[in-house]
Amino acid sequence: MAAAEGSKIDPMHQFLIEPVMGSHWVVGGYDLSFTNSALWMVLTVVALWAFMMMGMRRQLVPGRGQMAVEAFTGFIGGMLQANIGPQGKRFVPYVFSLFMFILFANILGLLPFGIVPGVHPFTITSHLTVTGVLAIISFAIVLIVGFGRHGFHFFSLFVPHGTPVPMIPLIFVVELMSFLVRPFSLGLRLFVAMTAGHILLKVLAAFVVNGINLGGGYLALVTLPSLVLMVGITLLELLVAAIQAYVFALLTSVYLNDAVNLH
Amino acid sequence: MDAEAAKLLGAGLAAIGMGIAALGVGNVFAKFLEGALRNPGAADSQQGRLFIGFAAAELLGLLAFVTMIILVFVA
Repeated sequence: MAAAEGSKIDPMHQFLIEPVMGSHWVVGGYDLSFTNSALWMVLTVVALWAFMMMGMRRQLVPGRGQMAVEAFTGFIGGMLQANIGPQGKRFVPYVFSLFMFILFANILGLLPFGIVPGVHPFTITSHLTVTGVLAIISFAIVLIVGFGRHGFHFFSLFVPHGTPVPMIPLIFVVELMSFLVRPFSLGLRLFVAMTAGHILLKVLAAFVVNGINLGGGYLALVTLPSLVLMVGITLLELLVAAIQAYVFALLTSVYLNDAVNLH
Repeated sequence: MDAEAAKLLGAGLAAIGMGIAALGVGNVFAKFLEGALRNPGAADSQQGRLFIGFAAAELLGLLAFVTMIILVFVA
């Protein structure tokens, strides 16, 4: 976890992707080894599966698990209803999977597995490759739905109603730019929010450990305030983990609304 | 000034952008609360818009962070 030896603080080490079993498995020039990133994706899916099974028993009188799962599905369903309208129901499966996968990945990455020696929690959403692919999937669905429903009329999205004619070329370019930058901002937001939070936590953790190693006055002046701050930041990170998953799902539904209803 | 020093100074200056984005995020929630206290009945239906505004303000702070990371680790 934190760099315990000496005073070296290495907060970026936690983002290193490496094979779990310690050996690379190279096939035809490509490294196909089972990495810690892949392991945590599998764990996320297993945790999500276990959570969903609690609500899939079709009881007549819903129990606690059923209520928990239905609260989430109802939340996403309500969000799509509010943003897209009655046609939003078709997108509930996709947006729900997206939201739950990001939420579980964010929270699993925050769990304190580091207290077991040799085990490192890994936040899969702290890599632009993962969040970027999720954003591209969302963007591709927006494009498919938009062109599928409206054909080339979809381009009227870039010219808002009531634009004065001389302004149309300029507005078109600006709107097109803001449309094309969406997948980047969507992926970048999640990736940077998770990365920044985890760097901060690891820096504070290193302060705590180094303060204990030095002992004496450092214990009171460095370790204690850092530990208190770390507990607070951890709570904030739990909030950020939920908010970022929500924002990703919300922006996806807003973009889908553009594709379904145009302006 | 040596190039390494300029890089680190630039990364430090980029941190100012995160502070300014913090003002923006605070402003989004402050204005929402102000409006919500005036008309609590309409507040719940506007939460989606609140988070869209929050996300837009936050993104600009995160871009400052990306600038810092690029200056320190890539450039």
